[in-house]
Amino acid sequence: MGKKHQTPLLDELKKGKWISFVKEIERAAEKSERTEDLLGQVEESYRDKVNHWKHGGMAGVKGYGAGMVGRFSEYPDKYPGIKECHSMRIIPSAGFFYNSDFLRKLADISEKHAGGLLNFHGATGNIQILGMSQAEAEDVFQAVAELGFDLGGSGSDLRTPSCCAGQARCEFANYDTMKICRHLTEEYLDELHRPAFNYKFKFKFSGCSNDCVASAARSDLAFIGTWKDKIKINQEEVKNYKKKFDVQKYVLDKCPTKCMWFEGENLAIDDENCVKCMHCINELPKALKAGDERGCSILIGAKAPLVTGPRMGMMLVPFYDVNEDAKNDYEWIKSLISNMWEFWDEYGVSRERIGELIGRVGLNTFLEGIGLEPIPEMVEHPRSNPFIKFTEDED
Amino acid sequence: MAEEVKKKRLTDIGPHDYNEYLSPVIKKNYGKWAYHEIIDPGTMVHVAESGDKLYTVRMGSPRLVSGSFVRDICDIADKYCGGHLRFTTRNNVEFLIEDEKNVEPLKKDLEKMGYNVGGIGNIVANIVHTQGWVHCHTSASDASGVVKSVMDELYEYFVEEKLPSKVRIAFACCLNMCGSVSSSDIAIVGTHRKPPRIDLERLRNLCEIPSTIAACPTNSIRPDTVDGKPAVKVNEETCVFCGSCYTVCPAMPIANAENDGLSIWVGGKVSNARTKPTFSKLAIPFIPNDPPRWPGVVNAVKTILNEYKKGAEPGERVGEWIDRIGWPRFFKITGFPFTKYHIDDFRLGETTMNYSSHARL
Ligand code: HEM
Ligand code: HEM
Ligand code: HEM
Ligand code: SF4
Ligand code: SF4
Ligand code: SF4
Ligand code: SF4
Repeated sequence: MGKKHQTPLLDELKKGKWISFVKEIERAAEKSERTEDLLGQVEESYRDKVNHWKHGGMAGVKGYGAGMVGRFSEYPDKYPGIKECHSMRIIPSAGFFYNSDFLRKLADISEKHAGGLLNFHGATGNIQILGMSQAEAEDVFQAVAELGFDLGGSGSDLRTPSCCAGQARCEFANYDTMKICRHLTEEYLDELHRPAFNYKFKFKFSGCSNDCVASAARSDLAFIGTWKDKIKINQEEVKNYKKKFDVQKYVLDKCPTKCMWFEGENLAIDDENCVKCMHCINELPKALKAGDERGCSILIGAKAPLVTGPRMGMMLVPFYDVNEDAKNDYEWIKSLISNMWEFWDEYGVSRERIGELIGRVGLNTFLEGIGLEPIPEMVEHPRSNPFIKFTEDED
Repeated sequence: MAEEVKKKRLTDIGPHDYNEYLSPVIKKNYGKWAYHEIIDPGTMVHVAESGDKLYTVRMGSPRLVSGSFVRDICDIADKYCGGHLRFTTRNNVEFLIEDEKNVEPLKKDLEKMGYNVGGIGNIVANIVHTQGWVHCHTSASDASGVVKSVMDELYEYFVEEKLPSKVRIAFACCLNMCGSVSSSDIAIVGTHRKPPRIDLERLRNLCEIPSTIAACPTNSIRPDTVDGKPAVKVNEETCVFCGSCYTVCPAMPIANAENDGLSIWVGGKVSNARTKPTFSKLAIPFIPNDPPRWPGVVNAVKTILNEYKKGAEPGERVGEWIDRIGWPRFFKITGFPFTKYHIDDFRLGETTMNYSSHARL
């Protein structure tokens, strides 16, 4: 079979042991002819070392202000198949659990109405179907909706929330990440589908501080599982581990607060000084478990570099009793979120993420705005400069 | 449900109920897992308090996949897992197996089909990455091609445990950093080196001048008047080539074939285990784009990985290893030159200086 475009440079990327995206694009092109032109254009990029997409252009589905990203080829005459090459974002199943029946149907949709290419998953966690025209968007939307799936976020809105596998398949999970993720997505569908924020806002949920979904590095509001009471120790299993490797050197000596020691054969932990970093539990999973009083910490403000530099999430609420709040439909957290969004709406400027706003107005102003008290867990250490702005109410 | 959707064109149906996709053993033991063990880099087992076991086989994916790929993994899931499977944050596929007898045959089938089994434990994890030339207009480099080239070279580290700890590599093709790569053991980031060009005609039609000015982190965009009409100008002395202006104003393209390329960053992490999460730091400010196989980037990553493997203690992540040996030694053993670009002159840059007499001499 004759190829439509010669792709000698891309062909180099079909060699080697790691799975080849070029072969994937070729396989997609076998089912959806237009994707031949994607190969052609990418080959051209490989030749001239620049991309050949126009900046943006609108694409969308009636009734939604988000969920599609428009993409147009710079050379529509040369590559008519990708003149329009939009992608649709679809809210994933929490924890990315699926079955073969759904995935096969989705594959069929992508081949029938789009370029036969999908992302599992986009960086935010959406399923993405790539390569459709505006005219086809409605068909794809309908077909996806009939499978019981809905569009995700894009632009200045609540982005699609995501979570780790949590209690479905991980013994470290301190709360039900999938349940709260689904609940809050459901609660804020309007904020997700109709952009009305200053900029994007992300929630991510990790069941413990290993933070498998990197929530503290890339979500405005990160929920990271933790516990309050004592780590549960199975001394017999500790002894078994001691026979296998140097527990003192690789576990105790690496505890960041040095709060573990051996009393004879038995392991002891000063739990008041434990910062719940997960190291010891990761290393001795059969011997150690988080306590029974479980919940999560909430960190705020993480974001990528643009515009004013990258930020890591900072501690806002050291212990949120999410398991208790779950019984009340998460009322407490919803009221905190609504305070935050009001403050952001009132004081934030366009394209300012909430972390940047806090940086600009100061943490104290933000805390007052949302009704939280300053506490020492929020800082690395108290201030070391003397330029204190005392206020009138301080008599 | 489907019928109703068809008739009424319902919108806002919301997230799908994940419970529909949980296998019986997961439903039964939800929240009651006791511990897990890594059997080999492709396989782990989770054991529940009830004694039930769930085996997981992990397989690499390029994230950008065809419908045929999806059908392949569905066939495997039907044959061995009752149709159940999931994806990980790093775009791997995970097969969820109840019967231990199915583990090895499943892996054999995957290998026969040419798929990569691995990615658990002290390995080089699948590289999270962005869209690149395949699907984004802001990109300073391709994404998938660089990732493929690096993973081909590091393949042995995905399928075998040979490293002191896990190594997470991430890739973003511009400073938007869609993948939030900035906290990875090794991050590869697309980098522009020339200021945006201004297309005045299109600017007037397409861009809102105040928001374009506000987009700039260094206040390098100023209002201007050309031929009596509103315009903008860029102060090339202060522009840091970030491309933020192009994101809001399509008439300020910044891509430049001769001057775009990649930078390498090291020592970040997101987990809280032992040390706090931290950003990756600059190792190499610029490597030119050299498609189709990017040997410059591949060699740089390999150099870092080799030195890390030689020098780190068991359990140390890349950042912890560098903290212990110090940055001067890192530059010495990798042979990467330390340049003026490594000194931070952006906001808060002065907080990164060495305020002490400590030096490893
Ligand atoms: C005054 C002019 C414009 C402003 C202020 C503006 C602003 C923005 C902002 C703030 C974003 C969000 C980026 C993000 O998702 O984080 C965005 C995304 C985008 N813009 Fe613009 N834009 C403008 C003009 C345009 C034009 C004229 C086009 C197309 C011709 C365009 C295409 C896009 C696309 C495709 C996206 C990605 C959407 C997404 O992430 O869902 N923009 N723009
Ligand atoms: C026109 C501009 C842009 C386009 C077309 C674009 C495209 C994308 C795409 C396709 C994704 C994956 C989405 C998903 O999984 O649902 C993504 C994620 C992301 N984008 Fe963009 N983007 C644009 C602008 C930006 C800007 C301006 C920023 C930052 C200032 C940004 C930061 C991110 C981040 C951090 C993620 C990953 C989020 C996560 O991992 O949770 N993007 N973007
Ligand atoms: C030893 C026990 C551990 C288990 C059972 C475990 C389990 C998992 C699981 C199930 C995922 C996939 C999550 C998802 O996609 O929802 C994952 C990913 C991840 N884990 Fe862990 N984890 C463990 C330890 C750690 C440690 C010690 C770290 C960091 C030092 C860590 C960092 C991550 C990160 C960053 C990811 C995302 C990358 C990926 O999907 O491969 N994990 N882990
Ligand atoms: S974040 Fe913690 S609870 Fe969630 S999957 Fe990772 S290790 Fe398990
Ligand atoms: S969780 Fe971390 S801080 Fe707490 S005892 Fe274990 S190693 Fe120490
Ligand atoms: S990192 Fe930049 S170039 Fe790459 S996909 Fe994201 S916005 Fe596009
Ligand atoms: S590239 Fe960045 S620094 Fe330069 S003018 Fe544009 S926004 Fe400003």
